Amino acid sequence: MTVGPTTDPRAAAGVTTPKRRGTELALLGFAVLITLTAQAIVDLTLTGSLTTELATFGVWISALWLVAHLVVRRFAPYADPLLLPCVALLVGLGLAVIHRLDLADRQIDATATREDAPVQLVWATLGVALFVAVLVLLRDHRLLSRFAYTLALVGLVLLAIPAVLPASLSEVNGAKIWIRVAGFSIQPGEFAKICLVVFFAAYLVDKRDVLALASRRVMGLELPRGRDLGPVLVAWMLSILVLVFERDLGSSLLLFGIFVVMLYIATERASWLLIGLALFAGGAFIAYQVFGHVQQRVDAWLDPFAYYDGSGFQVAQSLFGLGTGGLFGAGLGGGRPDQVPIAKSDFIASAVGEELGLFGLVAVIIVYLVLVERGLRTSLIVRDAFGKLLAAGLAFAVAWQVFVVLGGVTGLLPLTGLTTPFLAYGGSSLVANFVLVAVLVRISDAARRPAPAAAPPKPALGDAPTEVVQP
Amino acid sequence: MNAPLRRVAISVLVLFTLLIVNVNVIQVVRSDELREDTRNTRVLAEEYDRERGSIVVEGSEVALSVPTDGRLTYLRQYPEGPVYAGVTGYYSLVYGNEQTERAADEVLSGNDPRLLVRRLADLFTGRDPSGGDVVLTLDAEVQQTAMAALEGVTGAVVALDPSTGAVLGLASTPTYDPGLLSSHDPQAIRDYWAELNEAERDPRLNRAIGDNYPPGSVFKVVVSAAALAEGYTPDSVIPAPQTLTLPGTSTELENFGGSACSSSGEQSLIDALTISCNTAFAQLGIDLGEDRVREMAEAFGMDGDGREIPLAVAPSSIGDIEGDAQLGVSSIGQQDVRMTPLQAAMIASAVANDGTLMEPYLVDQVRAPDLSVIDQTDPEELGEPVTPEVADQLTEMMVSVVTEGSGRRAQVPGVQVAGKTGTAENAGPDHNWFIGFAPADDPQIAVAVFVANGGGTGGDTSAPIARQVISTYLEGQGG
Repeated sequence: MTVGPTTDPRAAAGVTTPKRRGTELALLGFAVLITLTAQAIVDLTLTGSLTTELATFGVWISALWLVAHLVVRRFAPYADPLLLPCVALLVGLGLAVIHRLDLADRQIDATATREDAPVQLVWATLGVALFVAVLVLLRDHRLLSRFAYTLALVGLVLLAIPAVLPASLSEVNGAKIWIRVAGFSIQPGEFAKICLVVFFAAYLVDKRDVLALASRRVMGLELPRGRDLGPVLVAWMLSILVLVFERDLGSSLLLFGIFVVMLYIATERASWLLIGLALFAGGAFIAYQVFGHVQQRVDAWLDPFAYYDGSGFQVAQSLFGLGTGGLFGAGLGGGRPDQVPIAKSDFIASAVGEELGLFGLVAVIIVYLVLVERGLRTSLIVRDAFGKLLAAGLAFAVAWQVFVVLGGVTGLLPLTGLTTPFLAYGGSSLVANFVLVAVLVRISDAARRPAPAAAPPKPALGDAPTEVVQP
Repeated sequence: MNAPLRRVAISVLVLFTLLIVNVNVIQVVRSDELREDTRNTRVLAEEYDRERGSIVVEGSEVALSVPTDGRLTYLRQYPEGPVYAGVTGYYSLVYGNEQTERAADEVLSGNDPRLLVRRLADLFTGRDPSGGDVVLTLDAEVQQTAMAALEGVTGAVVALDPSTGAVLGLASTPTYDPGLLSSHDPQAIRDYWAELNEAERDPRLNRAIGDNYPPGSVFKVVVSAAALAEGYTPDSVIPAPQTLTLPGTSTELENFGGSACSSSGEQSLIDALTISCNTAFAQLGIDLGEDRVREMAEAFGMDGDGREIPLAVAPSSIGDIEGDAQLGVSSIGQQDVRMTPLQAAMIASAVANDGTLMEPYLVDQVRAPDLSVIDQTDPEELGEPVTPEVADQLTEMMVSVVTEGSGRRAQVPGVQVAGKTGTAENAGPDHNWFIGFAPADDPQIAVAVFVANGGGTGGDTSAPIARQVISTYLEGQGG
């Protein structure tokens, strides 16, 4: 990796940073093209004809990304040009697959009128609206650090609500992670994730010097002081509470993983990773011993086919779908992804793998990888410590979530209940992830924005903590 | 903070590489295995677009595909579902297919090479290819009578044509409705499946062929055959003590109900079979030796291998025997002796067919969609476990069982029935068996009746079921 200040184009005096907005627009056009092609293939394969709805959809989705693009162009002109197109591609492909599964439902039961794709489109629209709102209202990501403790409180409350609510209002498929009001289901954990990442970033920037202090060296590792173990233990307890009261393996794993990695980045002490890993292993072991549902998940993960009639059914069906899809897939509309229970949300990746094959699924994984690595790159080049840590936390959150979900769907990890960001059906997840990307876009704009021309070559600024040293 | 950031970036790359490698393993390395798993219904779903062949019994379709308006072009229907469930099996979106639907799948789905020429023709005429029909050997009345007679008990009836090996009846209870597993509504299928899982005794198991059970005294026919082949005659006098101390043990083997077989402590072979004397047959088996008993059992088909009729049949065998004590107990069909009801019927049919055992078969014809016959099963001999002379002697002994012994309740007015009862001990209440054939002088049908844990005796519980099946068939034959 040669990314760094020395190769930064900003370093070359007199050269203006390319904004690359044209690139973004072209890539968005490409994403729309793929989205519409996929929709058309679905309709042609399953109904044999194209409908006018497809045209409406095309106009709608194009308008959506055009608005998003124009807002970025106006309010975050230096933003990373790949973030938004990656999101557009994933959301578009997700819509096509959800539409495809809608049609499968209708063909099995002709009276089924429920359609999830239009609902998802409305959520995507709301997501873009929030994306726009964040970019317009939040002109400087550093503002967020002022609200760190408020956001922490909001995050914790959001996380706690489903645990407190009666099961009838909060439980779906065994996990108490929902708020169900008047026909709407909201997964507050998705928003809590963002709030907590903001808080972690602000908190760790504040405390990282202390947390990096070493007490003694053991086998080449600088161990932190005992009294500094507090924060990591609190985060660990929090995850355990989520696991106990909400039976949500996914969020528990997600939050703890994000915190530990951010702690590592902030302090540069690998010992935190090991401490985190040890705590996680201990927690996982106890959870396995104590909770039936964790045991079930683990057993079904080790051998889904042995529990085919019960907890292993989903993963087994998912593996059947992926295996049948093979290299090239059955083609959109050609497979049977509806065989996998809850294919639209938790198992959408297996639908992609079955119908678009290994190539399609790997392409999706690589789009996620690009999204995440662009986020991490933003983190590398942004100048302020808070932005660095926030960008890293958000990017890693996406990476970790994708890894845990896809790992679960493909049998690599036990199933969690997390949703595939941007791709899967589910309003909360989609909207929350749009906010997440909006913040990343905002930080990347700051990262790539040229330093003020009037600034002296070596500014004696107060933001010393950053390690980006101008040569 | 940049150094750890770079490491995190690389770690993410590693994690995603793991995902990609894993997906490669599933979609490439394990692809065939997953695609061909019987529980994977995706390939099946493709077949729903093709008209699947029918399963036919005496000219009427017991399984057929009818066109629908839904996404899946054809729906599988079973007009007399529960009566033929054990034979047809099901054809399920969710759970794959079973029994004939599975064993004859190549023909029914149209993938059989013998249908290839026709499929090529379809290719040119642009018609969707359709599957061939499978015509079974079953006799509808026998099957219906057997299922009705078994109602309320757990058990099985197998009826064979002794001269050909054609399966005339293959009944098993409890039963289920295969149509409910073959619908197009996955949730309804899963619900019904769960309901079947709840059942105390699995209705999806065809007990006539799918499992083996201790046969009890039915096995004495095999021991008698071994003795007759060694030069004994029905009138040979053999020891028949009130109790038999098993060699090398202090275990006392008793007769049924602890009764004596004869006042003198010995009796003729025919009498021993007629009243099903345990001590006499245990001693006879010991005297003959393990090799002779085992060879005779294997000659009758109890060779420890399963068979295909073409439905998969569980193996039958006499198990491992260590020493004379176990040989004695095995000789009365206990210990590790296990047979399927089909195997029991095969023993009766070999005796009925002058000692020649015919290969049992369920599929009579395979027909192309235009009803032209593309395959007709020719009866095949499996072997000759006993000579015609021995078969005659066994028949005489088995007639005696029904006329004056434990099998009296199998008597059919005007017809001489030969048979043997069995009451087998197991973990639960006794299993009740009856095997037999009729008419004794010109056998048309051989049957085996098995009632699991009936608790009574073979003579009380199973012989009357055999009587119904035999008389139904003989009446149907105009006799």
